[in-house]
Amino acid sequence: MNELTSPSTKPTWREWLLAEEPTSRRQARAVGWYQGWLAFRSNTLAMIGLIILVFLIVCAIFAPLLATHDPYAQDLGQRLLPPGFQGNLFGTDSLGRDIYSRLLFGARISIYIVLLVAMVAPLIGLIIGTIAGYAGGWIDVVLMRITDIFLAFPRLILALAFVAALGAGIENAVLAIALTAWPPYARIARAETLTIRNTDFIHAIQLQGAGPVRIITKHIWPLCISSLVIRVTLDMAGIILTAAGLGFLGLGAQPPSPEWGAMISEGRKYILDHWWVATIPGLAIFAISLAFNLLGDGLRDVLDPKESGQ
Amino acid sequence: MNAVEIRDLNVWFGDGASRTDAVKQVSFDVAEGESFGLVGESGSGKSTVLRALAGLIPSWDGSMRVMNEPLGLKRSRQFHKTVQMVFQDPYASLHPRQTVDRVLSEVMHLHGVKDVDTRIEKLLRDVGLGPGFRFRYPHQLSGGQRQRVAIARALAPEPRILLLDEPTSALDVSVQAEILNLLADLREEHGLTYIMVSHDLGVVGHLCSRIAVMQLGELVEVLGVAEMRKLKAQHPYTRHLLDSSIQSVR
Amino acid sequence: MSEQHLLEVDNLWVKFPTRSGIFDAVRGISFSLGRERLGIVGESGSGKSMTGRAVLKLIRKPGFIEADRVEMNGVDVLNASEIRMRQLRGHHASMIMQDPKFSLNPVMTVGQQITEALRAHEKVSKQTARKRAVDMLDAVAIREPERVFDLYPHEVSGGMGQRIMIAMMLIPGPEILIADEPTSALDVSVQLQVLEIMDKLVSDRGMGLIFISHDLNLVSKFCDRIMIMYAGRIVEVCEAGKLHEATHPYTVGLLNSVPDLTHPRPRLEVLQRDPAWREMPSVSALL
Repeated sequence: MNELTSPSTKPTWREWLLAEEPTSRRQARAVGWYQGWLAFRSNTLAMIGLIILVFLIVCAIFAPLLATHDPYAQDLGQRLLPPGFQGNLFGTDSLGRDIYSRLLFGARISIYIVLLVAMVAPLIGLIIGTIAGYAGGWIDVVLMRITDIFLAFPRLILALAFVAALGAGIENAVLAIALTAWPPYARIARAETLTIRNTDFIHAIQLQGAGPVRIITKHIWPLCISSLVIRVTLDMAGIILTAAGLGFLGLGAQPPSPEWGAMISEGRKYILDHWWVATIPGLAIFAISLAFNLLGDGLRDVLDPKESGQ
Repeated sequence: MNAVEIRDLNVWFGDGASRTDAVKQVSFDVAEGESFGLVGESGSGKSTVLRALAGLIPSWDGSMRVMNEPLGLKRSRQFHKTVQMVFQDPYASLHPRQTVDRVLSEVMHLHGVKDVDTRIEKLLRDVGLGPGFRFRYPHQLSGGQRQRVAIARALAPEPRILLLDEPTSALDVSVQAEILNLLADLREEHGLTYIMVSHDLGVVGHLCSRIAVMQLGELVEVLGVAEMRKLKAQHPYTRHLLDSSIQSVR
Repeated sequence: MSEQHLLEVDNLWVKFPTRSGIFDAVRGISFSLGRERLGIVGESGSGKSMTGRAVLKLIRKPGFIEADRVEMNGVDVLNASEIRMRQLRGHHASMIMQDPKFSLNPVMTVGQQITEALRAHEKVSKQTARKRAVDMLDAVAIREPERVFDLYPHEVSGGMGQRIMIAMMLIPGPEILIADEPTSALDVSVQLQVLEIMDKLVSDRGMGLIFISHDLNLVSKFCDRIMIMYAGRIVEVCEAGKLHEATHPYTVGLLNSVPDLTHPRPRLEVLQRDPAWREMPSVSALL
C-alpha cells in the first residue's frame, strides 16, 4: 500500500494526513484516524447508518426549532387525526398531541437513554471481563459465576426488579438496563483477553516489569474495545426496546414525556383503527436501530486489527 | 563471573494426570559477555528454558541465578532491567495498535528514564532504523524492521543479558543476515550476554561460542563452536543433528 | 515439442486490486515444466507461492490471473470451467502446502481422507481404495500403515502428517506435483527424510515437480532446474548443479547471506537491493 506523494513541496492537509512517516505523535494519531475514516467512508452501508444517526441527533438537538406544536399540549377535539391532516405531519395521538413534535422531543430522551446505557454497560463488562480473563484462577471463577447469575435472569424481569427497588424514572431505568446488559460484554471481553494474554507483545511488556493494571488498561483494553463497540451498536435496538418496555410498565420514562417506547405502548390500543399512533414511533425506533446496526458493521471493518494489518 | 547459572531446572505444564514435563534436570552456566546457544528440535524444551528464565512460566523448580541473584517466582524490577528478551515472531511481538514511539516511550517510562525523546532516537539509530520510523504502526513495517523495533525495545532498559528466542526464524535469509549482523554489533558495543535458542545450527554457530544441545527436555551435550564446526560431537543425537543440517547445506 | 511439456505458462500475471490501485504479485513470467524437477526460489513477497497457486487457478478473490497462455497437458487452464479445474486438480496436478496441520481435515481419519482423494477421481470399490491407500502410505515410508490408516490427523507427528499429505496428493496419479514449502514447518532431521521420499516417488513415476521454497540450498539438492524470483519476476534461471556459477547479484547475495556452520565468516554478507532488479525484464524459463 504505497501512497503516492505528489511532487509539490508544501504538504496539503491531505498529504499531511496520509504521511507515510509522521513526524509527531499528534500527526501519527491523526493519520491513524484519517485512514480509518477513509476505510469507513468507502463502506456505503456504514455511511448510510452514520447519516441516519447524525440526522436523528440533529433532529433531537434542534427539536424546539423543528417542532410544529407543543409536544405536551393536549387538544381532545383534535385527537387521533391521520397523518397530514390539519397541519399535523404525522397525525395526532389519543390526547390530540402532535406526533411529529412528540417524536422530535422523544428523540432526545431515547437517544439519551441509549447513549447512557451504551457507555455504562460495556464499561462494566469490560472491567469485569478483562480482570477475569487476565487474572484467571479463582478471581475468574467468581467473576464469571456472577456473570452467569445475571445472564440466567430474563433481562426485562431483572431490570424491573432494579427499577422497583430504585424507584421509577429515566436515570434509574438507564441504570437498571445497564446493570442487566453488561454480562454479554463481560463474556466477550474475557474471551478476547484470554487470547491476547498469551501473545508475545503482552509477554514483552510483562518482561519490562509492567503491572497488571497497566497491562489491562493500556494494552488489553484498546484491543477489546473494538469488538465491544461493534457488539454495542448491534445491541442498541434491544436497549431501546427494554427502555420502551420499562416505560410501558410505568417504570421508565413517565407520561406525559414523549419517550418512543411509551408512545408505542400508548398507541397499541388504537393499532387497528388508527395505525399511525403506534407505527410512527415504531418506525423511528426501527430507523435508529438500523442506523446503529449499519454503523456497527462498518466499524467492524475499520476497527478489526486483523483487517487493517493487511 | 557467571551471568546466568541454572541448576537442576525442571519445568512442567499442567497438573496431576495431565502434567507434562517439558524440561528435566537442566543445568548450565553462561559467563558474562558470552554468547550461549540452545539448539534442539521442536518439543525439545529449548524455548521453555528461556521462558522460564524470563519469568513467563511459573511452574518450575530447581535453581536459577542471574548475576548471582537467585530468582524466585516473582521477578524484581532489577531483574527486568538486567534481562530482556527478543521473541521469535516479530508479527506477534508488537502491539498492533501502538506506534513504535508509543512502545518505546512506555518502556522508558516503566524504567524511569528521563530524556525520552533523545533516547528513543538513539535506540532507533542503534538498531539501524531512521527517525522516520518513529511514528509508524507495526503494520507499516516489514518483518525485519519489526524485529529491529523488538530489539530496540529489549535494549531500552540497557540490559546486560539478552534472551533471543529464534529471533530470525520468521525472516527471509537476507533479512536474517542483517539481523544477525546487528545482534553481533550490539553485543560488541554494549558488552551483552546472549542466550539464543534456535533450531538452525548455522545461525547458532555463527553467533554463539558455546552450544547446548537439547532433546526431549534434557540437555544432552554442551560443546564449543570450534568442536561443532569440526563436527566433533560426543552424543549420537548431536551427531545426527549435525549430519542432517550439513546435508541440507549442500 | 510442446506436447512433451506437462505445463506451459506464457506471460503470467497475478493481480490484486487494493485501495491504492492494482498490486501485481506476479508480473509477466513464462516458464514450462517437463518431466523434471523445477525449483522456484525467492523471498517472501517474490510471488513464488502465487505462481504455484495461479497454475491451478487457486488465487483467492479479489485477486485474478492474466496470461497469454497457461496450458496443462493440452488443456487450456485459463478458460477452463471450475468443474473442469476440479478434475484437473488431483488428476493432473496436485499441491502440497506448507503445514500439514492446516491441510488435513481434523475430523476425518487419515484413511478416509486418502480414499476420498482417490475415489473423487476414480471409480473404485471400497476395498480396492483401502488397499491402495495402505499401499500408498507404505510407499511414503510409514511404518504400520494399517494402524496409521485409522488415526486422526492430531494423532500423527508433523513429519508423518506431511508424508500423509504426499500420499494423499499422489494417490490419484497426477503428473505434476506442486510443493509449496513442503518442509519448512518441520524439523531439520525430518525435513530431509520427507523430501527424499517425495523425490523418489516423483522420479519413479516420471512426474513433473515444482518445488517452491525460500531455501536455495535445499532446492538445489532436490531439483534439476531452478528459477529465482524477485518482485514478481524471474531474475535468473539455472541448472541446479551450476547454482554456484549463478551470476545475478540477487542469487549470489542470497547464497552468501546464509550462515554456514562449516565455513564461518566474521560477518554475513548483506544483500544490497538494486531498484533496477525490479524493472529488468523477466527471464524466460521456457524449455
